[in-house]
Amino acid sequence: MTDVLRSEWTKIRSVRSTLWTLATTVVLMLGVSALLSASVRSTADGPVPGEQAVIVSLQGASLAALAMAALGVLVISSEYRTGAIRTSLMAVPRRMSLLTGKIVVFTAVSLVVCLLASAGAIGVGLAIFQPASVEAGEVVRSALGSSLYLTACGLFGLGLGTLIRHTPGAIVSAIALILVLPPLTTQLPGEWGRTVSEHFTTNAGALIVSGQSTGSLGPWSGFAVYLVWVAAAMLAGAVLMRRRDA
Amino acid sequence: MTAIRATNLSKRYGKTMAVTDLSFDVDPGRVTGFLGPNGAGKSTTMRMVLGLDHPSGGSVLVDGKPYQELRHPLRKVGALLDAKAVHGGRSARNHLLAIAQSNGIPAARVEEVLELVGLGNVAGRRVGGFSLGMSQRLGIAAALLGDPEILLFDEPVNGLDPDGILWIRTLMRGLAAEGRTVFVSSHLMSEMSQTADHLIVIGKGRLIADTSVPEFIGRSSQGYVLVRSPRLAEVAELVKVGELHTDHLRVTGVSPLEIGTMTARAGLPLEELTFVKPSLEAAYMELTKDSLEYTS
Ligand SMILES: Nc1ncnc2c1ncn2[C@@H]1O[C@H](COP(=O)(O)OP(=O)(O)OP(=O)(O)O)[C@@H](O)[C@H]1O
Ligand SMILES: [Mg+2]
Repeated sequence: MTDVLRSEWTKIRSVRSTLWTLATTVVLMLGVSALLSASVRSTADGPVPGEQAVIVSLQGASLAALAMAALGVLVISSEYRTGAIRTSLMAVPRRMSLLTGKIVVFTAVSLVVCLLASAGAIGVGLAIFQPASVEAGEVVRSALGSSLYLTACGLFGLGLGTLIRHTPGAIVSAIALILVLPPLTTQLPGEWGRTVSEHFTTNAGALIVSGQSTGSLGPWSGFAVYLVWVAAAMLAGAVLMRRRDA
Repeated sequence: MTAIRATNLSKRYGKTMAVTDLSFDVDPGRVTGFLGPNGAGKSTTMRMVLGLDHPSGGSVLVDGKPYQELRHPLRKVGALLDAKAVHGGRSARNHLLAIAQSNGIPAARVEEVLELVGLGNVAGRRVGGFSLGMSQRLGIAAALLGDPEILLFDEPVNGLDPDGILWIRTLMRGLAAEGRTVFVSSHLMSEMSQTADHLIVIGKGRLIADTSVPEFIGRSSQGYVLVRSPRLAEVAELVKVGELHTDHLRVTGVSPLEIGTMTARAGLPLEELTFVKPSLEAAYMELTKDSLEYTS
């Protein structure tokens, strides 16, 4: 397995799309934090409490999630697009080993980069707000939560890429599931509609970024629900990957 | 032991039977040509050998095992399927490095094969900008990475200039001479006649012939004797089995010696008496004419 991990690490670090999507993630996290913090600060009546400042400074995560999802999609769909998947499967014919290698390497790269980007975003936000006090535990939890969320979004993309194999199709699906559909589900009527909306992908998953709760879900239970979505996409992709011709 | 063994191999794509009940062995120490017209099922068969496509029926073993069960398969099998199927954004070196690492092949071997195929000085360039010839060489470098005993090449000379063709031909002959198994597909008989020792011919997914090259020629058509004479009509009457054309007689099934003896006894003068060997190309055309997928 270490052979596969080294190989996947070489692959992910040697294409420009990795650099671009990760750079976009960092820029969005820092940029949105700076813009939003400045605007909230100028319109706020009094001093903004530390907890609030941290939440505002991580708002970029909702857009950065798309950049990470795009990277997740490309990790596998670019191989299908070019036909390089055949070379990969000749080298690693156990398809689940190949997929596992991609998941592990992507997760590691994503956690590191997103943790740095999230910490940076919080730093920018705190520098702008200058709150009287901020709990260190809260900062660490938020940065960790944000990087876990972004990584889960990337894995969602990787799962959809494995399932759909076609880059534009997978990216459109990822945008729909991560960004477009979640707010629309709040329009669903009745008790049942509210439950669906609460548990719908990033509606549940993003709670870990803000540390807030909605209805029956808290930050961690919400994230767990999101991971079920991610796992479902990944599992469907894995089953088809095993069964289909390469 | 036979290197590749296909047993009743079949592959169906929707309504198309790409390969039907195909059985053959590929043995070490020689170049085995895998021949068939376009759409005959050569690439499909190779993908099944490599575990990329799942057979609809039958099985294929590499060195006695299904490909998926080989540990570090690239150290046993190297293959070039489609030279352009690479991520264009990666450098040649990184492309090969990722492949090498997946099979525990040392990085130094990457430099070795790059030199071997003559890409040493473009190793750092993005492969998206490579010409077809360079891509073909990169594909061969990847196939040779693990120093494998078994090599598969799918139409390796497609699109190459004469220099490139000669290079690949020499390389394949050399690999076979080292005792390796070389299995190479082509839709051109002329190409195979210069490279292969053994032929597996398929048409419409079915086996047509599995023979040595000389046997293949002998089996499909016998050649003929060309006879010219100022008294051609009389010669034709004497030989009986000939096919009379305006200026010559074409005889099959009778040797030149027999014809010469007959005409000498009858006192008939001969202007020409030649045994015309059938060409491999003609033999191939004759065998596959019933199985052409697309006829112009
Ligand atoms: N993935 C696929 N899906 C559907 N049909 C396919 C697929 N791959 C091959 N076929 C069909 O199977 C048949 C055999 O194709 P294959 O590519 O194996 O032939 P080939 O002998 O390699 O031909 P060529 O000399 O043109 O490369 C063809 O009719 C082709 O259209
Ligand atoms: Mg082909």
